[in-house]
Formats: sequence, structure tokens, C-alpha cells
Amino acid sequence: MNWVNIILQGVLTGGLYAMFAAGLSLIFGVMRLVNIAHGDLIVLAAYLALVVTTTLGINPLLSIVIVAPLMAAIGYGLQRLLLNRTLGEDLLPPLLVTFGLSVIIQNGLLEVFTADSRKLQAGPIEVDSIQIGGGLAIGTLPLIQFLTAVAVIAALQATFYRTAIGRAFRATSDDRAVAQLMGLDNRHVYALAMALSMAIVGIAGVLLAVRANFDPSIGPARLIFGFEAVIIGGLGSMWGTLAGGIILGVAQAVGAQINPGWQLLAGHIAFLVIVALRPEGLFPKVQG
Amino acid sequence: MPEPLLEVRALDAHYGDFQALFGVSLNVAAGEVVAVIGANGAGKTTLLQCIAGLIRVRDDAIRFDGVPIGAQPAHAVVARGIALVPEGRRLFPSLSVEENLLIGGQLGRAGAWNLERVYALFPVLSERRNQPSTSLSGGQQQMVAIGRALMSNPKLLLCDEVSLGLAPIVVRDIYARLPAIVAEGLSLVIVEQDIVQALGAADHVYCLQEGRVRLQGAARALSREAIAAAYFSV
Repeated sequence: MNWVNIILQGVLTGGLYAMFAAGLSLIFGVMRLVNIAHGDLIVLAAYLALVVTTTLGINPLLSIVIVAPLMAAIGYGLQRLLLNRTLGEDLLPPLLVTFGLSVIIQNGLLEVFTADSRKLQAGPIEVDSIQIGGGLAIGTLPLIQFLTAVAVIAALQATFYRTAIGRAFRATSDDRAVAQLMGLDNRHVYALAMALSMAIVGIAGVLLAVRANFDPSIGPARLIFGFEAVIIGGLGSMWGTLAGGIILGVAQAVGAQINPGWQLLAGHIAFLVIVALRPEGLFPKVQG
Repeated sequence: MPEPLLEVRALDAHYGDFQALFGVSLNVAAGEVVAVIGANGAGKTTLLQCIAGLIRVRDDAIRFDGVPIGAQPAHAVVARGIALVPEGRRLFPSLSVEENLLIGGQLGRAGAWNLERVYALFPVLSERRNQPSTSLSGGQQQMVAIGRALMSNPKLLLCDEVSLGLAPIVVRDIYARLPAIVAEGLSLVIVEQDIVQALGAADHVYCLQEGRVRLQGAARALSREAIAAAYFSV
């Protein structure tokens, strides 16, 4: 029963990793941009949630309604003013610029919020749990977080394949020049994609802040988890990304059970094994 | 004489250091069909890309409806009413047939064309509306490309080599639909290697050679000898 419990907890954590990954995957899919600052933007969102929560005195989970739109606006501006200028045939400039952004965000947060570890308190809900029989219990908060992740992935999938803006994302990704012939300004389309990605980052940042301690330096590790989830799942498949996050979460939980020091290592090993056996990921999108 | 719908004046175009067009001038009146012919590398595609805004040039080198548009980007040019059917069709492979058409109409310009009208013009597309655009035959893909351009309800439609890579019977089929398109009051510029088709469809013909207009005139007035001379003279 203990193992069932461990796997269950891993699955729930995996939902959060899938959310780290979803925005990353969206941006790469639409504009072939690898956002090295993605993890630091998640941490930035966590600190925004801290500011909003302490200023307004509201429940941290409620701060999502402010943090997510705020992050979306930051994302739109970031893309229009900075990242659009780095896009082109060469993949290196966006990598370098987002790496620089990562350094700036980390040091900026350090300057303003110090290196102290923080955590948001969501109240009694944090220790609530639901008995599911057999002596197993699921924490209410992790369950809410997992269900949020599933809902975000489902909404993203529906946006991508069922709406006009999703059509614009796919068309611009397919052929930027011809998309312009359809009246799509690719700078605006890219900025909308980044805004959507950053809205998800906003949600993920709040959930992270409620779930675990955070400080300005933890961004890059979130980026790695996100990358690993995307690649395990296969590029271009949102449900695959969710599966990738869950596999990573379960591997970490199992590793930690065997030896507390093996938590991160087990996740990386699971990632390497899958990449070695299936370099295209578990659920790659079939390209026409 | 009324001002032409499209007026190209002394247009020069460059790819880096390479100059592709030298002082090209061309007029298209409202409702007119103009053919641009010439050998490979004559600059036909470049000319269409300049008009559509994919290549930015001197602003007043291209006027549309009396407004200079040479320096405007493609997404602004299509909003003014110029649509390009690009060479090689260039459908969006991630999109279904219907999604390709819908994205052509996403600007929401008012006009006669909508999904039903395009399906009425090309009934075979209606049966395949939910298929990936890549699963269609070359001729059907060309129909999607034309339909996608029409969905923006343009005043001027630019067609780049619609016959390229298609069987002659399919080309005849597509050209047979052109009168129905022009009947809506559209002006048309067709770039063609297939001179017989071009001369049959056009009111006015321009012949390009090495980036310059060598010959122009009413389609009926041009002799085959004159066209051959404009094609091959050195």
C-alpha cells in the first residue's frame, strides 16, 4: 500500500511539472524559441503571488486571478519589445537573450526579496485530505493542483485545435510568410502565444508557492523539470506533456522512497532512459 | 481615364546585392485580367511578392486604390484588398482544408466570398473539408490555395503559377473557374509559364525578361512572334 501511496503522490506532483512544461512547449511549437528564463519567470510569478497575497490579504490560491493576467501582460510586452527582435533563422540569439533574462530575473528577485526562503500559506485546506479507502488519503491541495493542471492542459489543447487564435498559432508555426499573406501579423501572434504561456506560468507559480518553499535561485531546476516533461511526452503533444510530467513526478517519488538523496537523480535517470529508448518521446505528434 | 486599381511605377527590387527588377511599370484596371509571362528567373514571382508586401520597396513604387503601399507589410496589404496565391500553393500542413480556408477569411473583410461560395466554386473541397490539406491531390490543393485567397474578399487577386506541376486537364479545369471569379468584380494578375493559358485568360499581357518589361499589349493584339522575341531575345 505504501508504494501505491508513493506513486499517487508522484502523479499529483507530476501535474505541477506538466504545467511548468506546457508553456515551454507552446512557445517552442509556435516560434521555435527555447525560453531559458521560463523557470525564473515561474519564480517571478510566485513572488508576485506573495506580494498580491500580503498586500490584499487574500488566500494565495485566489491571487491566481491577478497573477495570471499580470504575467500574460508581461509576456506580451516581453515578446513585442525584446524577444521578437531575436527571432530569425539562427536559434542562438533567443537562447542567449533568454539566458541573460534568467540571470537578470534571479538577481533582481534577490535584490528585492533577499535570499530567504518563502512559502505561501493557503490555510486549513493545506492539511485537509480525502480518504480513498485502503488506508490511502489524497491531500486536498495536491488534488486541486493536479486537477488545475489537467484543466489547463485541456484548455490549451482546445485553444490550439478548436479556436481561431489556435489556428493562427498553427498557421504561423507552419509558414510565417504565408501567414502574413492571410493578414496575420506574426509579431502580434507570437506575443499572444507568449502571453498565453506566461498566463500558465502565472498559475504554475502560484501553485508552486503554495506547495513548496521558494527562493530566487530555484528557477533553473523548474526549467529542467519542464524540459524533461516536454521531451518525455514528445514535442507538440499537450497530453503527452501531462504524461511526461506524471512520469517525472512518479520517478522522483519512487527514487526518494528508496533513498532521499535519489529523488532528483531518479527523475533524471527516467528521463535519460526514455530519451535513449524513444528519442522522439512517448507521444510525438504525427507530422503530416 | 480613371485611375487604375493597381499602379506599379518604376519598381526596382533587390535580394541583398542582387537586383531582380529594373524599373518595372504595370497597370491593372478594375475588373481587368492581366497576365505576366516570362522565362524562369525573369522576375515574375518577385513582382507579385513586391505587390503583396512580402518584399518591401519604395512606398510610392506601388499604389493601390490611389494609396502608396510599397513599404507596407504583407498583413497590412491583404487588409487593403490584395490577396496572393503563392507559387507552390504553400497550404498550412497542420490545418485541415476548411481551416486553411477559414484562416484566409480571418480578417473578416466584407464581400461576396465565404465558405459556402468557395465550396460552390470547388465542390470537391466540400467533401474533403475535414481532411488534412496535405492529403489532397495537387489540383485540389491548388483549389484550396485559390479559395483561401478568395476568402479574404480581395479586390485584386494575384495568382503565381497556378498551373505548376499540374496535369493539363486539371489546369484547364482550374482556368475554367476564373471567369466565375472575375464576375464578382475582382481584378486578376496571373503569372504563368503556360503562355497559351495566360493569353486565353487575360485582357492585357506583360512579358518580363531579366527583370525588365520587354513587351506589353492587349492579349489579342500580341503576335506569337513578338512574344517569342521578347522571351528569347538577348
